[in-house]
Amino acid sequence: MSDISTTETVGWRAWLMTDAPGSRTQARLASLYNGWLSFRSNPMAMAGLVILLGLLFTAAFAPLLAPHDPFYQTLANRLQPPLSDGHLLGTDSLGRDILSRIIYGSRITLQIVFLVAVIAPVAGLLVGTIAGYTGGWLDVILMRITDIFLAFPRLVLALAFVAALGAGIGNAILAISLTAWPPYARIARAETLTIRNSDYISAIRLQGAGPLRIITKHIWPLCISSLIVRVTLDMAGVILAAAGLGFLGLGAQPPSPEWGAMISEGRKFILDHWWVATMPGLAIFTVSLAFNLLGDGLRDVLDPKSGEGS
Amino acid sequence: MSRLEFEGLNVWFGDGPDRVDAVKGATFEVPSGASFGLVGESGSGKSTILRALVGLARHWSGRMAVAEAPVTGFKRSKAFYKDVQMVFQDPYASLHPRQTVDAVLAETLKLHGIGDVENRIEQLLLDVGLGPKFRFRYPHQLSGGQRQRVAIARALAPEPSVILLDEPTSALDVSVQAEVLNLLVDLRKAHQLTYLMVSHDLAVVGHMCERIAVMQAGEIVEIMSVEDMREMKAAHPYTRQLLQASLGYVGEEMHGGA
Repeated sequence: MSDISTTETVGWRAWLMTDAPGSRTQARLASLYNGWLSFRSNPMAMAGLVILLGLLFTAAFAPLLAPHDPFYQTLANRLQPPLSDGHLLGTDSLGRDILSRIIYGSRITLQIVFLVAVIAPVAGLLVGTIAGYTGGWLDVILMRITDIFLAFPRLVLALAFVAALGAGIGNAILAISLTAWPPYARIARAETLTIRNSDYISAIRLQGAGPLRIITKHIWPLCISSLIVRVTLDMAGVILAAAGLGFLGLGAQPPSPEWGAMISEGRKFILDHWWVATMPGLAIFTVSLAFNLLGDGLRDVLDPKSGEGS
Repeated sequence: MSRLEFEGLNVWFGDGPDRVDAVKGATFEVPSGASFGLVGESGSGKSTILRALVGLARHWSGRMAVAEAPVTGFKRSKAFYKDVQMVFQDPYASLHPRQTVDAVLAETLKLHGIGDVENRIEQLLLDVGLGPKFRFRYPHQLSGGQRQRVAIARALAPEPSVILLDEPTSALDVSVQAEVLNLLVDLRKAHQLTYLMVSHDLAVVGHMCERIAVMQAGEIVEIMSVEDMREMKAAHPYTRQLLQASLGYVGEEMHGGA
């Protein structure tokens, strides 16, 4: 029995590892599989991936995993220390279970991360590749706008946006995205400048391809890998910025279990009841670290310059 | 009938004090079905003439015509690109690193509005001596010679009548060079192509072309037939110098031929 399964696995692997794929799908899968192999050989990146999969799992099954209702207040039970009866991580100033709040808070964190990761790099990619490919006055205008955004400290600019738009998690996400896109635009433009004069872009131009096709089909695929890496490395900063806005009372509003807002609530008791602020802080730390580790691993896999030389 | 005409072609880069004149007053023509070589040392403006014709070098003056139809500016029509194709010098740089051979050829065919993509791709790969097993490979899974064959297949895809060859073998191993050059000779016969070829290697040009133009510092100093070149009948001192310098190669070629 075991013999059959081994040969099947070998056949399957050989099919993926072949240097003469027989179809489009096989070629694509094979290149994905090679990426996965090189990613898997990096234990730190795998650790990051496992933590993030855990975060996804937690967010998806929060109602099943949380031992208590995150909004249920019992003032009699307030500020219980960790490992106390029925509250693994203790309770906060209103007697709410901190573990349950962190578990539910993972949903908000994922929402922030997902939306910022969708908005900012896409905006940056658009601005950067258009500026880089077309050049001339359009490049100057787009890049000076980018410079203006870059000149502001990120949190201060986000603060200004939230103050103008009104407090709330949705506006906080928007504000963070608005402050996060300029570095992506710079990266995308720099990549585009090195790509645009290469022979393979000239070659496709000689087939009569227009700028739209060249940018979307030929330049984007080469920019995206470095942007993905940058996104994962930035995610830690995004979570912290969201937490910072929450901490300042401009992000998620009480009683929302957003991690930054939880720290903000806990700061009043930080000397006597350290766990109220520490536990969500540890959650932020863990997820930020996981994103950083994942980003490092992805850089090794996706960076076209590291892979193409050989 | 002349397929390509160049008359008083000037090409320059930059403006004002930074202006560099890459080509100065180049005049020559390539008859239909001929193979014409441009030789000269690096930086003499050979490749720039090709790049000006296809619109990659934007600043030029003079007259260029393809099949009697003059080209203007740096924008070229689809019909132009269907008729005139180019093979680049470095096959490691001329293929998109994230596209399979199949994707490259399929997109080229699609851009030229050619149907029956599946069969056409297989036929193109056979034409350039690559089997169907190379179809779904990425460039990094190919050797230099195989990559250049893919680049040649891409140039052949729209069924052009003129192919511009920008030192197509200089980035390749000596043993592979001969294979690719023979392939180009065979393709020219099979598809009645007109070649305009740039090379610094007189042996390559002697093998491929009927007439050559010798360039020095952006100017064409002499246009001669390959027979004259083999017999060292050069009028211009620079051509003589160039022939002397490559005597090792040309001498061998002559002995081989005799």
